[in-house]
Amino acid sequence: MQALIELKEVTFGYGGQPVLEAIDLHLHPGQFAALVGPSGAGKSTLLKLILGTLQPQRGAIYLDGRALAGQSSLRVGYVPQLEAIDWNFPVTVAEVVLMGRIQRAGLWPWPGADDRRRMLRVLQQLEIDHLAKHHIRDLSGGQQQRVFLARALVAEPDLLVLDEPTTGVDMRTAENVLHLLAELNQQGMTILITTHDLNAAAAHVPWAVCLNRRIVAQGPPWQIFTDAILSEVYQGEMLVIRQDGMLFVQQKPHGHTLRDVLPDPVPGHLPESENGPLPRTVSV
Amino acid sequence: MDLFLEPFQFEFFRNGVLAAVLVGGLCGLIGVYIVLRGMSYIGHGLSHAIFGGAVVSFVMAWNFYIGAGLWGFLAALLINQTVQRTKINADAAIGIITTASFAVGVALISRYRGFTRSFDAALFGNILGVTQQDVWVISGVTILIIAVIFFFYKQLLFTTFEAEVAQVYGVKTAWIETLFALALAAALIVSMQILGVTLIAAALVIPAITARLLTDSFSRMLLLSTVAGSATGFLGMLLSFYIDVASGATIVLVQAAIFGLVLTITSLQKQAARRLPHTHL
Repeated sequence: MQALIELKEVTFGYGGQPVLEAIDLHLHPGQFAALVGPSGAGKSTLLKLILGTLQPQRGAIYLDGRALAGQSSLRVGYVPQLEAIDWNFPVTVAEVVLMGRIQRAGLWPWPGADDRRRMLRVLQQLEIDHLAKHHIRDLSGGQQQRVFLARALVAEPDLLVLDEPTTGVDMRTAENVLHLLAELNQQGMTILITTHDLNAAAAHVPWAVCLNRRIVAQGPPWQIFTDAILSEVYQGEMLVIRQDGMLFVQQKPHGHTLRDVLPDPVPGHLPESENGPLPRTVSV
Repeated sequence: MDLFLEPFQFEFFRNGVLAAVLVGGLCGLIGVYIVLRGMSYIGHGLSHAIFGGAVVSFVMAWNFYIGAGLWGFLAALLINQTVQRTKINADAAIGIITTASFAVGVALISRYRGFTRSFDAALFGNILGVTQQDVWVISGVTILIIAVIFFFYKQLLFTTFEAEVAQVYGVKTAWIETLFALALAAALIVSMQILGVTLIAAALVIPAITARLLTDSFSRMLLLSTVAGSATGFLGMLLSFYIDVASGATIVLVQAAIFGLVLTITSLQKQAARRLPHTHL
């Protein structure tokens, strides 16, 4: 199958400092993948390379089989980090969502009937149609995330790219957003996200790419989220706990008993880590 | 009524009012983009840069509009490129480039003394000197800028809101930025004779900020800011005739007074709203 995104030996750096080295990556149509790694690992830089706002210093990027030169030839729906938004900018939800139609926009400043129809359909799909005339600042974190997702969807994209959609929102909202993305993926949408939330990625995303300047591992989270791989990616000791078909990632606690961090779910038993039974207490 | 119509019997006043209404509206319109980009200082800086261009035009015996226009556009472009390609922030780039350009003008004046009379007009505006030809030039530039904003409304809005994201969605942001720099330079050049270098920044910022206090919608902000700029241009001119105060300063003072009034009213409304039970969306 033709990869939607293909990176071959891509290298990039800022001011002589390498940020990404020899990245080989494939994302196929219909795939849902998460880029995970510590801050400064190059996740956002990798997204910008794929989006065409940065050019690789070495290597090549192909989108749908064609070499990427400048702006992407694919229709990309991009959702930036919520923290990067100017929430005091005078725009309503409808005005933001209609920005997604810019490539199909007519000559006039007002939106066409088709643009309005599609906007309304997406707003209804995301259950925020009643907020169309509200200012973006007046919404909750989850609603704000949906507004920018709506803008991406109204562009009718081939690829949906989200930069840290679970950052800056509460746990329930993050879960709702990932559920929504999983639903969109089931409808055939190709999705690439970055996230710091390993547990959410493990629960909702079928493919993960562990990145720290280079790709350390990629595959289903269940297979690649191991003590060894994550410790290498995060340059620190990480514990991976598997229980009842679920996977939890935890940093090694300092100076606490393990029970403070991981309450024993079954009296007398602690879940097992990748390296066997966990010690009852962990000291520094 | 006769008292109100009295100044309109003078041609210089009719030209002046027309120019003030057009320039006020133009500054109000373009000021929305300036304020929302957080570049309020650029109006102040660029008008100083254009002053350098005006002096160079005078010395080289070039047409004022062509010489100052080219100079202003190059300064705007240089600021834009410096910010995009280096680690220098917008405020610092504006400070360096426009002050250096202003210094060129001052240096040339000290060398060629004949510019002294026009120097005052460039700094503080000279509404009495507005000719029919100036009104035609201002009208032409106003129509051109309105057309640019009308046909590139969506691209300008997206680029102003999130330039990098707009690029991802296919907006040619570098081209849009250049177009905007050109429009801004043109607006400042035609405003210079009315308001003067020292007051242009206020005419760009105050109507836009006043409109921002009144609405949360971008399109309404554009409309309100333009209307506020034109209306205060008219009121300021009329007032300056009766109280015999410089027209540029009177226009800016009227704008500042209306801003103060709107700020007070909206602050009181917010305080009243806070006392009401809060409702969640």
